This record gives sequence, C-alpha cells and structure tokens, in this order.
Amino acid sequence: MEQAIEVRGLRKSYGDIEVLKGIDLSVERGSLLALLGPNGAGKTTTVRILSTLLEPDGGVARVNGHDVVAQAAAVRGSIGLTGQQTAVDELLTGYENLVLMGRLFRLRTGAARRRARELLARFDLEDAADRLVRTYSGGMRRRLDLAISLVTSPPVLFLDEPTTGLDPRSRGGVWETVRDLLASGVTVLLTTQYLEEADQLAGHVAVVDGGRIVAEGSPSELKRHVGAERLELTFADERALAAASRVLAAEEPRAGGPLALSLPVEHAKDVKRMLDQLAESGVEPDRLFVAEPTLDDVFLTLTGQPTGGTR
Amino acid sequence: MTTVTPPAPAGPSAYWALNDSRALIGRCLRHIARSPEQLMLMFFLPIMLLLMFRYLFGGAISTGGVSYVNYVLAGIITVAVTFNATATSVAVCSDLQEGIVERFRSMPVRGSAVLVGHVVAALVRHVISIAVMIGVGFLVGFRPQAGFGQWCAALGLLLLFATAVSWIAAVLGIVAKTVEGASGLSMPLVFIPYVGSALVPPSTMPDGLRAFAENQPVSHVADAVRALFTGAPVGDAAWLAVVWWAGIIVVVVPLAGRLFRRRAAG
Repeated sequence: MEQAIEVRGLRKSYGDIEVLKGIDLSVERGSLLALLGPNGAGKTTTVRILSTLLEPDGGVARVNGHDVVAQAAAVRGSIGLTGQQTAVDELLTGYENLVLMGRLFRLRTGAARRRARELLARFDLEDAADRLVRTYSGGMRRRLDLAISLVTSPPVLFLDEPTTGLDPRSRGGVWETVRDLLASGVTVLLTTQYLEEADQLAGHVAVVDGGRIVAEGSPSELKRHVGAERLELTFADERALAAASRVLAAEEPRAGGPLALSLPVEHAKDVKRMLDQLAESGVEPDRLFVAEPTLDDVFLTLTGQPTGGTR
Repeated sequence: MTTVTPPAPAGPSAYWALNDSRALIGRCLRHIARSPEQLMLMFFLPIMLLLMFRYLFGGAISTGGVSYVNYVLAGIITVAVTFNATATSVAVCSDLQEGIVERFRSMPVRGSAVLVGHVVAALVRHVISIAVMIGVGFLVGFRPQAGFGQWCAALGLLLLFATAVSWIAAVLGIVAKTVEGASGLSMPLVFIPYVGSALVPPSTMPDGLRAFAENQPVSHVADAVRALFTGAPVGDAAWLAVVWWAGIIVVVVPLAGRLFRRRAAG
C-alpha cells in the first residue's frame, strides 16, 4: 500500500541542541498515526518540517508523494495544518475567516463562500458564523481552526496537539471530527501528550522522546509492552489489608502506609479470581478499580525517566 | 460532505500574487472598523492635535504672513500619517505573534502578500485620515489658495510619504519582539515631525537643532505641501521630499520582504 507520509532519518538541530536525532515514520494512506511524547520530545519540530515550515538538517521526508524540501509548494497544496496555537483572525467573523482562507487556497470567491457555509454547519458553528472570533470560546476557536485546515479537503492533515487546553466535552467533539475524517479517507498525523487520545484515535502510535522514536505499535501492543493494567484495592483497616495481602500473595504492605494493594492484571479473569479468593477468606475490600497504564508508565518503562523532564 | 479541490496552480504567478494580495487587503480593511485603536489613531488624535494647535498654541506662534491654521495644516497631516503608522507596526507584529502567519506559510500563499495587505490597508487609513484633517481644517479657518494642479501635487506627495512611512512601520513591526515593543519602536517615527518645520517655523530654534529641523525629510514634505496649499513658491522642498521618500521606499520595501521571510521562518 502507498504511504501518505514517509520519513527517513530526519534530523534537526537548533545551534548545539539536537532536537531530532533521526526520526523514521511511515503513515499508510487513510490511517492515523499518533506521535506521543512529552513537551520538548520533538513532536512539533517533526510536524513543522513535514508541513514545510522548517527545513530539516538531514534525512528525507515525503508527504503525499512530494519531497518536503524540493517540492514544498506541492506539499503545501496537499496538506492541512492545525497547530498548537490557534491560527485564526480574531477581528474577523468565523465566516470571514473561512472565506479568506478559501481564497488563499485559490478557490474562486463563490466556491470559497459555499465551502465556508458548509464547514460552519459541519463544525456546529452556524450560530456563531457572523460573530467576531474574539468572542469565541476556546473550543469554538479550535473547531474553527480545524475547519480552516479542511477548506480544500486536503488528503493529508497534521494536527499538532489539537485538544491541549480543551475541556472534556470539546475534546470529545474534536475526536469525533477526526474519526469522521478518517472514515472519509484522510490521512492524519496527530501529536499528543495524552495516551488516552492516542488510544481513542490511533491505529498506530509512535512514542517520541529526546528526538527519537523509542517505541512503535498499536495502542494495545504498546500498553502490553509497557505493563499490564492493575487492580487497585483499598481496605477499611490494617487487619483486612494484611489478610488480603496474605491471601493474594502480594508484597507485605508497609506498616503505616496507605491501606491499599496494587496487583498486576493480565486478563479479565484474573480480577474474578482475586475477588473470589478474597470472598472465600472473608476479606471485603472497601473500594476497587482497574487502572490503565498512564503516559507516565509508558515513559518510565521506555526511557527510564518520568515525563516532563524538559517542561 | 463535498470534496473541494483547488484549481491546479496554473496561470501566471503574478495572477496568484494579486489574488493573495487582494484577499489579504480585504482582511486588513475589515480590521479598520473593528479596531478601536486604529480608529482612534485615524480620527481622534489628529483632530485633537489640530484643534489644540489651532486654538491653544496657535495664537502664540508667529508664522509671518500666513495665518497659523494655513501654516500648520500640512504639518498636522504629516503627524497624522506617523500616528497611523503605529497601528501598522502593531498589526504586523501581532500577526507574526499569533500564529496566523505560520498558517499562511503552510498554505500556497505568497509571503509578501501579507505585508502588501497591511500596507494597502494602511494607505486607505491614511487617505481617510488626511481627508478628515482637511475637512476639519476648513471648519476651523483653513483657506487654501491651491489650484487643481497644486492639489494633485500636494496629495500625490502626501501619498508617497504615507506609503514610505507605512513600509517603515511594517519593518518596525517585524523587528519588534512584542506588540508593546512594536508600539515603542514606532514612537521615534511619531516624534520626528515635531523636530522639524511641521508645527512651528524653525527660525527661532538654536542653530544645530534648526539645521536638523530644516533638512530632515518630514520637514521637506510639510514645507512642500504647505507651499502648494497656500500658493507660495515651493522652492527645493518638493523635489527634496520626492527624492528622500522615493529613496526610502526603494530601500525599505525589499528590506521588509527579507526581514519578514526570515522572521516568519524563525
């Protein structure tokens, strides 16, 4: 299958600081790849190079079959970009923003207007179409930003942390839009700091740290690699805790520590087995829940360092 | 959902440069009415200044044969032009800061079209502002002696001056790191007309200052426009003004383009 994005050995330095130390990526046409990593890992630099905003120091990158350096104009004609910073004009209305961008994407005025109305409807901004963007909420701005990057139905879309700073409802809205786009055959490269986001959207995740890809795979592969889910149990008192840790053969709990046990879970049936064992010996946990591995766990396992080192 | 495919970028590149510029000029023109700062610099400040000099200071300033309002209007217009330039610096700077230029760069847009949009919109502001100044001038006693040719020459000269100042303002906006910085950097531009013949005859100034005031380029514009308005002999002021400001345009326009590309890529 043809690759919509193909990157080999991408390098970039700012002065003495090597930001990208040889990134390899490939994204199949019509799929979504999530670049997952903390601030400063090199995600944005990668996106900026792929969207022709920055020239690489080394390596090759092709987007939609065009080289990002030698054929930058052709690349610009086939991509949409939503950056971390919303790039909308505060003193124009939502409608005017979309028409302007349509004209700059070389649509005829009539076509640009029709497209603007269509996108406003699709992104649930019809009521706000004729209001100045400076009166928009954060979520509305982000939706408009996303709409702008879709003015020409680009085959390849770059979304640089599209949900950072959004409330959960707006985040869900963006996710839904991204799923619709994928269903319509668009190729998406998304960067995120949230494992959950990668999990929700991506068929494929590449974990970036310190300018390198440190792991790659489907979200479930990655999580298996990182470590199992854990059953977290809390107890009413020390006696129950001690009894439970005997029954479940867990590590001896620390005296005076939290009244809690954390046990690795490989399969759903492990949970049932452990709860059965507790019930047989008459120990009742106070509360229980199953915790997923977090981005911190991913990084701890893959790089030996917690996230946010460069924040 | 329909799929929209842009026309292949056939056609001469000049056509697209024009298309992009037109779209971006439209954008900046819409900003004018929606930006209280631009409206203030366009109307309120120059009108206040005109009334202040006409009624507060004017009586104490001796301008020889001509009445003070006939003397000062040309000068007030040059001040209004430099006031307006502040808004251009701020607009260019905030574009570069707010990520919209980054978006334009990821699109098939000519980078220079962004600056052209700002400068042309600035010229529209200058023209409106100049028209208002002349109108208010008439209300407070301005009585020009100019014929049609002199009016055209005076307005042409002001347009050349305003174009050059707008490009300078664009450069200051690119160089400034912050919007506040842009506003600060353009302060000297606002101040220069005062150190000249715009508002008072330099004849009473100390020697060194007087030499500067009589020979700096804004004074040439004010002197030439004043002479054209009042029907006095223009002397060297007109061609000196043309040479100065045309020369400044030749230097500043390419500089603005280069600085803009470098800043936008950084």
